[in-house]
Order: sequence, then C-alpha cells, then structure tokens
Amino acid sequence: MKKLSTLLAATAIATLMAGSAWSKTLVYCSEASPEGFDPGLYTGGQTFDASSRTVYNRLVEFKHGGTEIEPGLAESWEVSSDGTEYTFKLRPGVKFQTTEFFTPTRELNADDVIFSFERQYKADNPWNKYVAGASWEYFAGMGFPDLIQSITKVDDLTVKFKLKQAEAPFIANLGMDFASILSKEYADKLAADGKMELLNQQPLGTGPFTFVAYQTDAAIRYKANPDYWAGKEKIDDLVFAITTDAAIRAQKLKAGECHIMAYPNAADVAELKKDENLTVLEQEGLNVSYLAYNTLVAPFDKPEVRKALNMAVNKQAIVDAVFQGAATVAKNPIPPTMWSYNNAVEDDKFDPEAAKKMLADAGVKDLKMKIWAMPVARPYMLNARRAAELMQSDLAAIGVTVEIVSYEWAEYLKLSSAKDRDGAAILGWTGDNGDPDNFLDTLLGCDAVGGNNRAQWCNKEFDDLMTKAKATADVAERTKYYEEAQVIFKKEAPWNTLDHSLVFVPMNKKVTGFVMDPLGIHRFNGVDIAE
Amino acid sequence: MLRFIFGRLAVLIPTFIGVSIIAFSFIRLLPGDPVMLMSGERVMSPERHAQIMTDLGLDRPIYIQYFDYLVNLLHGDFGSSIVTKRAVLDDFLQLFPATIELSLCAIILAVALGVPAGVLAAVKRGTWLDQTLMGTALVGYSMPIFWWGLLLVIFFSGYLGWTPVSGRISLMYFFPPVTGFMLIDSLLSGQAGAFKSAVTYLVLPTIVLATIPLAVIARQTRSAMLEVLGEDYVRTARSKGLSPFRVIGVHALRNALIPVITTIGLQVGVLLAGAILTETIFSWPGIGKWMVDSVFKRDYQVVQGGLMLIAAVIMVVNLIVDVLYGFINPRIRY
Repeated sequence: MKKLSTLLAATAIATLMAGSAWSKTLVYCSEASPEGFDPGLYTGGQTFDASSRTVYNRLVEFKHGGTEIEPGLAESWEVSSDGTEYTFKLRPGVKFQTTEFFTPTRELNADDVIFSFERQYKADNPWNKYVAGASWEYFAGMGFPDLIQSITKVDDLTVKFKLKQAEAPFIANLGMDFASILSKEYADKLAADGKMELLNQQPLGTGPFTFVAYQTDAAIRYKANPDYWAGKEKIDDLVFAITTDAAIRAQKLKAGECHIMAYPNAADVAELKKDENLTVLEQEGLNVSYLAYNTLVAPFDKPEVRKALNMAVNKQAIVDAVFQGAATVAKNPIPPTMWSYNNAVEDDKFDPEAAKKMLADAGVKDLKMKIWAMPVARPYMLNARRAAELMQSDLAAIGVTVEIVSYEWAEYLKLSSAKDRDGAAILGWTGDNGDPDNFLDTLLGCDAVGGNNRAQWCNKEFDDLMTKAKATADVAERTKYYEEAQVIFKKEAPWNTLDHSLVFVPMNKKVTGFVMDPLGIHRFNGVDIAE
Repeated sequence: MLRFIFGRLAVLIPTFIGVSIIAFSFIRLLPGDPVMLMSGERVMSPERHAQIMTDLGLDRPIYIQYFDYLVNLLHGDFGSSIVTKRAVLDDFLQLFPATIELSLCAIILAVALGVPAGVLAAVKRGTWLDQTLMGTALVGYSMPIFWWGLLLVIFFSGYLGWTPVSGRISLMYFFPPVTGFMLIDSLLSGQAGAFKSAVTYLVLPTIVLATIPLAVIARQTRSAMLEVLGEDYVRTARSKGLSPFRVIGVHALRNALIPVITTIGLQVGVLLAGAILTETIFSWPGIGKWMVDSVFKRDYQVVQGGLMLIAAVIMVVNLIVDVLYGFINPRIRY
C-alpha cells in the first residue's frame, strides 16, 4: 500500500513537472474528511462529494442544479404497467477510468450494475462484508432490501430490476449516491489480489474525475478523466483541501488558497459578499426544521391545542435571531423548491391573543411543557437552544410554562423517537433525493411512528394519500395527493414548521460553470476557471 | 542508571494496563453508540441496530470485549476504525508525525523564548521589564487558543498576507511522504520552493501552540532563577569576581533548569491537548483533530487505540525527562 501510494505520488510529480498541471487546478475547500471512498458504505455529504459525485456515475442522475431525474449510465428505461419492473438500457461505450492502480480491459456492462447493487444486500455476496461492520446504511434506509426482488441481466447492455411492489420514488432513489456504479472487473482484481479493502480507499468509476491520491485529513487529488463519456472536463486537476473550520475556510477563500468553499458560517456571509473578488451563490436548502409535539400525550393529542401553541410562536423572530436572515419561515413540511409544494396552504398566524383564547376554549389551563433542544448545529437549525428560548418566552406570554431540555446528540436522536417522550422536540430533515415521499411519508407516515415520525402522529387520511402516491408513477397525480396531504398536515398541526435554511456557496469570481445543487451536493463537472 | 531505567519500565506495565482500562471504558461511558450516529436523523430499527452491533462485536459482554482488545493490543493490533474502516495504527502512524513536527517546533520556540525571558525577568526583578515580560506571559497563558489562532490568521494571513491560512504545505507541491515530517520530506523531494513553503505554513500554528507553554516556562524559569540567585554559591561566585554572564548563565541557570525541565516534560501533555485546537484551526492533519472527530462519532476503536498510543508517547517522554535530570544535575543518583 505504502509503495503504491509512493508510486502514485511519484507519477503525479512527474505530471506536475511536465509543467502543465497547476495552471488549471480547481481547489475546493471541503468541510470534512471523507469517511471512505465507497459511497454505499456511508451517509456523509463530504464523502459523497469526494466519491460518488467526482469518481462515479449512476444509472440515472439528478439534473445539475435540480431534483429532476435525467439519464446517466442508463440511456433510457421502461417501467412495466404495474410499476414493479424497471428495464434499463445502458449507454454503450462507457469506459472505466484508467489509473495508476488499475487498467480496465472492458467497458461498462450489466455485470457492473448487478455487482454494484447485489453487494449491498445479498449476504452471500463476498463484498457484502468486505469491511468490518459494513451496514449499507442508505440502501437499507431507503427500504431497498424489502423492495428489490431481483436484478437480472437481459443482455450486456440491459438490466432489469424486479420490485416486490410498485414504488414510484424508486427511480429518484437510483439517482442517490449509494446507487453509484462500480467496476466489477476492478473489484474482481482486488479480490484476487486479497486486497478487497482498497475498493474503499482507491475508487475507480466512470465519472468525470479520476482519483489520484488521498492525503489523510489534508487533501484529496483528482485529475480530469480523459475518457469521460460526457467529454473531458475543462479543468485539468481538482483538489479538495480539507478545512474543517468554517471561519478558516472563509479566510482561505479570501486569500486565494481555494476557489470554492463549502458551508460558510451564516455570520461570515455578509463579509464574503463584500469581497470584490468573490461571489456568493445562495439557494433554499432542501430541508425543514420543526418542533414535533408528541401527539400521543395529552393535551397535545388535541389538534386545537397544537394549533394554539403554533400561533403563539413568532417564527420570523427565530429565523432572524438564529439565522440572521439566512432562512425562511416554513409553513409546509416540504421546502418550496420541491415539486408538489402547496403554496396555497396558509400558515398559522402569529397571534398570541387568539392563541390564548384557543387554549382556554380547549380547556387547557396553566400548561407546563418541555421543549427539547438539539445539542448540535445542523444545516436546518443552527442553534436549537436559542430557538427554544425564544419559543419559551413566546409561550410564557400565553401562560404556558416551558422547560428546555437537551441530551447528548446520539441520545437525543434515540430518545426523541420514543412514543412516551415527554415534551415537544426540535429536529429537522435534509432531503435525500428530491422526492416529496422522502419528507412526507418518511417523517409523518404511520409506519414511522416510534421512529422518524417524532410527532408520533398517525392520520389515516394522510397515510392513505401516501400509499396512493407511491403506487403511481404519474407525477401530476402524485402532486395532487401530496398537495392534499399538506392541507391535512396544516389542519392537524402535528409539528410547528419552523424554517427552511438557505445554503450558500461562496467562490472566486474566476470560477465559471458552478451550479448550486438543492441536494447539497458539490459537483465540479462543467466548472472552469477563467485565465 | 540501567537499574533505574528498568525499574521505571517495570512501573510502566501496570500504568499501561491502567491506561488501557481507562481508554477502553471512557468512550463507552459516553451516551450513544457509533451505530446510532451512523444513521443520523434517520432512525434505525431496533432489529437493524442490534444486527450491526453484533456485526461489530459490540453486543458482547464488556469484559470479553476488553480482554479481546487487550490480547489484540499485545499482538500489536489496535483494531480498525468503525467509521473509516482503516487500521487505527496506520492512521496514527500517518498523522502522528504531523503532530510531532508541530509540537517540536512549538516546544523549541517556547524554550528558546521562555527561558531567556524568565532569566531576564528574574535578573531585572521588580523593574518594568520584569513586569512587562510576566504580564505578557500571563496574557499568553490565559489566551483562549481558538480565538488567538483565528486572530492571528485574520491579521497575518488575511490582512497582511504574510502567511498562508491553513494546511501543511502549498497544494502545488505533492510528493510521497518519506518520514511524515513535512520539513524533511520537502527537502528530500528536491522540489524548488517546497521547503520554504513548508516553513511558512508552520509559522502561525507553531506560535499558537507555543503560546501557553511559553508563558508557563517563562514564569517557571523566573521563579526558579529567583530562588537560585539568592543561594550562597551564587554570592560566592559573584564575590570571586566572575562575570555576571558566567554567574547567571553557568552557576545559576544550570541549577534553575531542573524544575524547568520538569515543566517542559509536563508541557508535552499540554501540547497534545493544545494540538487538538490548533490542528482544528489550521487544518493540520494530526492526531488531535483525528481523535476529536472520533470522539464525536463514538469511533471506539480509534479513541481507545489513539489514547493508548498517546499515553505510550507521554510515558516515554517522561522517562526521558527523568533520565535527563541526571545529566543536568550530577548529584542526582539513581
């Protein structure tokens, strides 16, 4: 391994010394070290940026800058009338990357697709446990083990997925990082050499950039893949400079040590915008933050009580205090950038007087409640304690006494799911794939009670709509169901929807072609640097 | 002397076992487990959680896990990270030189400035110089590292543009790690400008990490010197007509250095603690940052393996310090 990395490095030096390399190098200040380079094994965005979005492709891709699906390694696909069979036609002539550690002898075919998925769920597949504790978190999280009946090769360039039941979000799920397509030929070679763990350390795929080296916790180096099926990238080299502190990332960007940075501090954005060498892109994130009542516990089992509490909270003040404007108040459980967002829904108006009266009408007096505040900052909620304090004072104004509680993060995640949880919990969600099902059913479906459904809210009418929406691939029809579901949600008020945060990408003005992605991905294909 | 060293080595064995118990149990005492954190906001079903805990061997009785761990340790196997799946020892060996390089530079700077400052303050006791030096030391000692680091970055890198913001060397340079010490590797690489680049990247982190030890060493040197300067033999040396330089530099300082060296030895622990913050600020790929990330992710193997390795280093350094006493002060017999 050490010899290999030395060899790799030496080759890279040769490239550098040839004099061509540094001129078109894009440096990206990333926020954390990748957990590894096999996207199937992990859930972290920094890992996906460094593996699946640079080195790999998927059968289908999210449109650059959107959540719509477009062809990727599959040129086209057909869905059977009952929605349980998906047949993909693979793009012919797609080459895997040639690297210092492997030279492919064949092009992409159906075997690679089957390998990429089967390793994630077939216990008898030698790759299923190729690293200790491989849990294929996203594959399991998206329900694939219970969904996929079989994956078969029809011919070299045709693959058929048979599902156990119709599942409309399936196609969007295939655009997710865990569904990246790996080379079976490379994997076989590693297995034959007894070095299976290298699959997670030296990635090789069909994507726009070829992996060169990872300097632990410091930098990741790639070069443009000259054989990329969509054409070679305009930049020659791509370097991820791992910089965990956001304030330091901002300083590096200002000093010209990187071209693009990930996740600035909300407080630094104004300063970055003022810098004449920089431009700051911004977009609403595909996220939501909420206060989930425990609808199984009195008096929060009454919609009118929940509604009254919602009306007592000044959400705009929370957004101003916690995000300094870098967020918008949420009225629906899905963000406005998502298809089927129901803009006709009216938010509960901030009206303490009416709220007080509503509580009294519901027969609730001297209410004492707990609000759970997350101990960590997440993109959708930068400071849960501050938000909880603001809610505490708002609720005090209508005679509700609030005690703020918090737990260590792992404990918080666990305890907040409990059906007998005492109090309302602040939490949130960042979308995985741009499908409304990924918010509405995942977070509010009856199946998720005791799990992701932190409101423990099970409404038959709402749940039926989820089931119907899953069973059809017709987007117009699905939109109708989801819009209706949002109306029911607002009427029942299992959550107080707090905010959708904005996401910023500050970058050097010389950078062109970078497009922000609602899924929070940082993609560098199509990016160029002006001379 | 050999008997002393062997004696100390024998004491290291129970210490090592003690540390292994603490390292093993400390991370497990924290609430939450690594499997729960793997899935984040997405809730994992209890069955799946149990299955993964079984796969990782974390469902076995704690004492069995501990003895397994101890046996593996004796075989030199520190386990693999639950998160990255890489071998703990490999990562440690790759990252540790970065921490050592930074710590060495910091301690050299701290000694080079702290000892003369302490001596000067002692000799000029009660003057404005003494008060300025000790006042500065107190400020340095009380400085929150994170704030201090950021301040230096904003001023020297951002405002003046004299030093790079963070990292170990300019990304332009890329060569195989031979020793892991960037200053040496950059020289070995033969690439023009690489060494200079590595030096400029070291400046700010070194200053930040050296700040607290520097203050401690300066204050310790001052008080040790004051004590020694009042001794009879110093008066004798003076009355013999020796030059003040000889009296202070040879007769007084040499004796004052004994407690100072103890302090320097103790600063190794402080340095490693300071390295955690310094490495985070300066994106310095060392073990401090690695350990903190692992604590947050409940990466049991990394935390316990890393703690063992760090403890081993501190124990060895303390042993060396003890042996050094003998050289400084021949009256100390083992």
